[in-house]
Amino acid sequence: MAHADTTHAPSDKYYVPHSSPWPIVGSLALFTTVSGAAMLINDSSAGSIVFPLGLVLLAIMFAGWFGNVIKESESRLYNAAVDRSFRMGMMWFIFSEVMFFAAFFGALWYARQYSVPWLGGEGVKIFTKELLWPQYEASWPTNGPEQLGGEFGVIPAFGLPAINTAILLTSGVTITIAHHALKAGNRTVLNIFLALTFLLGFLFVYLQAHEYIEAYQHLNLTLGSGIYGSTFFMLTGFHGFHVTVGAIMLVVIWLRCVRGHFTPTHHFAFEGVAWYWHFVDVVWLGLFIFVYWL
Amino acid sequence: MSTVDTHAGHSDTHHHDHHGPEKGWRRWLLATNHKDIGTMYLLFSLTMFFVGGLMALVIRAELFQPGLQLVNPQFFNSMTTMHALVMIFGAVMPAFVGLANWMIPLQIGAPDMALPRMNNFSFWILPFSFTLLLSTLFVEGGAPASGWTLYPPLSLQTGNAFPLSIFAIHLMGASSIMGAINVIVTIMNMRAPGMTLLKMPLFAWTWLITAYLLIAVMPVLAGAVTMLLTDHYFGTSFFSAAGGGDPVMYQHIFWFFGHPEVYIMILPAFGVISEIIPTFARKRLFGYDAMVYATASIAFLSFIVWAHHMFTVGMPLAGQMFFMLATMLIAVPTGVKVFNWTATIYKGSLSFEPPMLFALAFVFLFTIGGFSGLMLAIVPADFQYHDTYFVVAHFHYVLVPGAVFALMAGVYYWLPKWTGHMYNMTLAKWHFWLSAIFVNVLFFPQHFLGLAGMPRRIPDYNTQFADWNMISSIGAFGFGLSQLLFAVVIFQAIRGGAKATDKVWDSAAPHGLEWTLSSPPPYHSFEVAPEVK
Repeated sequence: MAHADTTHAPSDKYYVPHSSPWPIVGSLALFTTVSGAAMLINDSSAGSIVFPLGLVLLAIMFAGWFGNVIKESESRLYNAAVDRSFRMGMMWFIFSEVMFFAAFFGALWYARQYSVPWLGGEGVKIFTKELLWPQYEASWPTNGPEQLGGEFGVIPAFGLPAINTAILLTSGVTITIAHHALKAGNRTVLNIFLALTFLLGFLFVYLQAHEYIEAYQHLNLTLGSGIYGSTFFMLTGFHGFHVTVGAIMLVVIWLRCVRGHFTPTHHFAFEGVAWYWHFVDVVWLGLFIFVYWL
Repeated sequence: MSTVDTHAGHSDTHHHDHHGPEKGWRRWLLATNHKDIGTMYLLFSLTMFFVGGLMALVIRAELFQPGLQLVNPQFFNSMTTMHALVMIFGAVMPAFVGLANWMIPLQIGAPDMALPRMNNFSFWILPFSFTLLLSTLFVEGGAPASGWTLYPPLSLQTGNAFPLSIFAIHLMGASSIMGAINVIVTIMNMRAPGMTLLKMPLFAWTWLITAYLLIAVMPVLAGAVTMLLTDHYFGTSFFSAAGGGDPVMYQHIFWFFGHPEVYIMILPAFGVISEIIPTFARKRLFGYDAMVYATASIAFLSFIVWAHHMFTVGMPLAGQMFFMLATMLIAVPTGVKVFNWTATIYKGSLSFEPPMLFALAFVFLFTIGGFSGLMLAIVPADFQYHDTYFVVAHFHYVLVPGAVFALMAGVYYWLPKWTGHMYNMTLAKWHFWLSAIFVNVLFFPQHFLGLAGMPRRIPDYNTQFADWNMISSIGAFGFGLSQLLFAVVIFQAIRGGAKATDKVWDSAAPHGLEWTLSSPPPYHSFEVAPEVK
């Protein structure tokens, strides 16, 4: 384990932790969480205990693991090479997240480009239309030839979504100001603008929840509204989840800033979270254009 | 490839860190050491190899004769599905991650993997996720029986096993992504001074490229199975035409993952073979740079060929043409590799220790699988072969005498380095010859069955297919039983045996830093980075 000794400068030896309980706790937590989720889906009452238990274990794991890393970092156990490892690791983690969203954007693209036009009889698929649903006219948005979920309305792009776009873009600016302040050693500006960033993040999530309520209660736009509802809610839902996680990460970083962690040259955690925040921002721009606007 | 010239003295074992391994269970559960984690990966994968193998034997026992003898059709289909999932995600992939864990830090001169705690996380997720997957054998409705590809709408008929198997796949994906991130970061950040990328051993190179594939496609699989889950339980209609979706869309997303996935299982195998052949041919690898570029080309092409798995779904002609030609293009870099291995052997001073036997069998038998792959790439021919035993024969040739033989070659190559003991060569050679003969008895007749029209994934068949099926089943039991020798050789070597030297193999050629360390290497391998000239 780390021997906290703040008098030492970062070592030139690559820090290899001796042993750690958190990975096995994390594996157990994931196992408990997904087992509980499976029980809930299979209508087994035990799920309502197992699933929350798993989430609690997950929270304990994250707190313990990151707490451990923060302690080591503040003890200056990480040299430049460890810092580079963290940077590369975060970068490739974000790339894997990009590919996860790519699957859902791909589904949206495929539906709009192929499956819906084909159901409408485009090109060689004329017999699909003639034989299955002769009355179906391809259009977008659509809940398909069987009108799954019934008539629905859509959220116009230049209402709440445009405001949310402005909010997220602004939060991208505030975190950049905070970063420059950190590098200039101006801790007051850092703390204020970092707080602004996560407040904007939570405001975004709040407005998104508001939008969902509007969709479900007034527009009859639900997860069951055919392919439009499926892509709309899965894309915006996973994005909203990522914004929530990102905002929680920002809060953690903010608490660390308030406690005086980080130096103008040594602040990987700040940058990692900032990258993540920009990533959710960019995904949102894709959503705004392809889900709401076009 | 430039010489990796290390001087004695870099491998000295003076520890700055006085910690040895932890005692008892703590060493394994709390592990951060790349060798311990590598060992756990390899033993886990060996276990899964036998679990998946038993499932295969259930399949071959039922197919020994026409008619329904042993299991009901639903369970038979569960066996084909689970056999594939267990072998792909439980046996082959973790085995390569295990090799990567053990060998990459040794080969590039690093003290450990770059992110040791995450390394442990990515391993320990696996036993839990396979507990979930295997538990589906006992839930209401039985284990998934739709084939490992989980095509909707069939897979949506799975019972209570469905969420369990989907979540198991999510966890395996998370494990693979973390493992891949660790490999990339280790290679890009932890190389010893002077170890430029083009001096790296090919095993590290192929794994680097594999890791990029993993990060790019495992999340896509996660997305695909998540859509299945929401289609089944939460009312979405990604794969339902009634709602404007399309079941074929699933196939596109799945195979966008699936095709790179098959290269994830073979590229590190190429790396292992490229290490072994030069050692036992006592020559430098022919065309090192070409091998690297060929691997990268194969990886790139793997992203643009996925639809060749679904020529019969009715895609536009232009799509069929594109995917056919792109697929055939893969034969070029693969041909470069086979040529280079052959050229390395040419005029070499060969000796035939077990790793070399497996490597030579790999080159020959993998190439057979490659050729049948070319046949399947041809659209009009594929219309005939699709979903027949010809496909089964093809992918088993590339996976069993391909990926699995390469794994066995790698284990026999590095086992003395890991354990410090030479293993029982005679028994290992028996293992090789029995495996090499039975694997052909097992899979070669399946080509004939497929060409004669026998469909895959059926428990019963027309009597015209009886003879070749019986031969194939005999091969299966012979192959399966031969693998017990593998386990015996490994456990004997772990317990003891003649002391292995640092270089292990009596060859002028073994390249790579791993041979500069003692056998077994010190607990913390390269605390002081070696200088690579």
